[in-house]
Amino acid sequence: MGQDVELLDVSMRFGEVYAARDINVHIQAGEFFSFLGPSGCGKTTLLRLISGFMDPSEGQIKIGGKDMRGIGSNNRPTAMIFQNLALFPLMTVEENIGFGLEVRHVSKAKRTKKVEELIELVDLYGTGGRMVSELSGGQKQRVAIARALAVNPAVLLLDEPLSALDLRLRNHMRAELRNIQRRTDVTFIYITHDQTEALTMSDRVGVMSIGKVEQVAEPDVIYNTPKTAFVASFVGETNIIQGDIIRIDGDYALLKTAWGSFFCKNPQHITKGETATIFIRPETVFLAEESTAENVLACRTKTISFEGAYAVVTLTTEQDQLFTMRLNNDGSVPKLQEGEQIKVRFSRKNAFVLKNGGTPIA
Amino acid sequence: MRDFWNTALRDLGKIGIAYISVTVGVWVVFMIIIPQLIMFDYSLRPMLPLRELGGPKDVWTLKNYLVFFTNRLHMAIFFKTIWSSLIVTLVALSICYPIAFYLAKVARGAKVGLLMLGLIIPYWINELLRLFAWQIILADMGILNQLLIFLGIIADPINFRMGNGAVILGMTYAYILFMVFPIYNVMESLDKNQLDAARDLGASWPRIHYKIVMPHAKPGIAVGCTMTFMLAAGTVAAPQLLGSPSSFWFTQVINTNFECANWNLGAAYATVLMLLCVVFMFMMLKLFKVGLKELTQ
Repeated sequence: MGQDVELLDVSMRFGEVYAARDINVHIQAGEFFSFLGPSGCGKTTLLRLISGFMDPSEGQIKIGGKDMRGIGSNNRPTAMIFQNLALFPLMTVEENIGFGLEVRHVSKAKRTKKVEELIELVDLYGTGGRMVSELSGGQKQRVAIARALAVNPAVLLLDEPLSALDLRLRNHMRAELRNIQRRTDVTFIYITHDQTEALTMSDRVGVMSIGKVEQVAEPDVIYNTPKTAFVASFVGETNIIQGDIIRIDGDYALLKTAWGSFFCKNPQHITKGETATIFIRPETVFLAEESTAENVLACRTKTISFEGAYAVVTLTTEQDQLFTMRLNNDGSVPKLQEGEQIKVRFSRKNAFVLKNGGTPIA
Repeated sequence: MRDFWNTALRDLGKIGIAYISVTVGVWVVFMIIIPQLIMFDYSLRPMLPLRELGGPKDVWTLKNYLVFFTNRLHMAIFFKTIWSSLIVTLVALSICYPIAFYLAKVARGAKVGLLMLGLIIPYWINELLRLFAWQIILADMGILNQLLIFLGIIADPINFRMGNGAVILGMTYAYILFMVFPIYNVMESLDKNQLDAARDLGASWPRIHYKIVMPHAKPGIAVGCTMTFMLAAGTVAAPQLLGSPSSFWFTQVINTNFECANWNLGAAYATVLMLLCVVFMFMMLKLFKVGLKELTQ
């Protein structure tokens, strides 16, 4: 059974530098939780703090309600899957999986039974006697998962374990991991810089920028209503327009930009006169009809790349700024030529304005 | 073979191949094969006055080897040398394993450099001088005795140089590097995540060493032990300078034979010692289940 993990005001300092600062997250028991962020944002540090390889400089980590300070990684109810898997190369698959049980002095008979169960769970039939070096990438992955699950952890920590696999295998292992998580009911804490991975697998996602958690929410909430400019630009493709707020209209704001004036959602309730950034997802941009008056943008097509189900069109304005739209291939769209003058529109509901700052370096 | 030749030709050129063949050939033939054969030849001939060399008495015989196997004192010294060299090897291993692990997996940055320097600096001084230093430290009115008397721990000086203790101590000190570096080298290549993974799965530190570090470091341990043992069994300086009459070393017996102009007997004894070292090396390989190829890495 999974246990919950509480991070209370957790900070980790290396010398003068904070790798993590004032982190407050409550991960529920049995949840699949992902920390998503660019490399160097401190997500691996968080994982190592939870696993007990180090203690936080400040704050508290609780697992199953119990304070973990001073408890070493060998005595925590966690198990970690390393980025490079860290399988033991001089041991067979069975010995690898049974390692955690062996060092806990579990009897040989019990150990063999548990190892067999796990080999079945992760679908590794017939490889038990082989050396790790004889396995394929996907099989190694499964050995690492089985080895970690063998010690019956309440919390499984995964440090980008899929990053070394090719795309097809990665997609397959994502589904597999999700499946194993549901079957075992263990709390999974997953670290990744790959947004698709985080969005597809997780119950909830914590988006991190440099040492800080920017937003914790369900994947669709993260994508549709990002709380900060960092989240909006890091998760998913997005168009960015800078502008000044010239009018407030309830939950909406009107911004004057170099491209024209646009209405959009104002979730942070930014006040009139401030400079801020508008975010618009490419799939919420459409070709404008004659009658459309609001949020229309005149531009020229630059490149059109047809991807089958949709086409990605890059547009440029007179100011030479880029803008992308994604047109669904549903038959309603006329064929566009490169260099064509067109007008596009977006709904004020699908665009939002957020305070400047914190955007990641693309 | 053809492939090997073609690759060599492409990478080195004809001149390169000739240069390497000649230098390696000269080294192997003149430095290894010929001296050993001459020694071996000596060991099989009886000691004769100059005028009888090449005469009817100058024939191959195993007499010199029989002398060794029938001389109980020399046999005893031989086995004592093996036993003491084993002790030197074990003491050096138990000192060097933690040092090598600390250097390879715990220490970081400048600390590693400093420690390395600390290990190497003594080797800037000649081995004989280092052994003389130990002589001074361990002498009856030497630094160690004076310190112990000053601290009131002992009343009268202890004769540290009785028995084998001083020789074993001096040798362990002299050969530490030969044990540290092979082990350090293999430990360096151990992925630190494996230690973390083992720890994370609940293993205690002794367990991690037994199950993860030692199996990985096996080739290095085998090399270190072989080198230390051979050096210890084959040195004459340490027993000569630090030894007492009761710590006579087999090399000293060989040395005495040569000094007494009985080169033939000395050569036979030297051959026996060399055979011992070869046997020991293969025993180590077997014990650690390491191949000859891994040993040279």
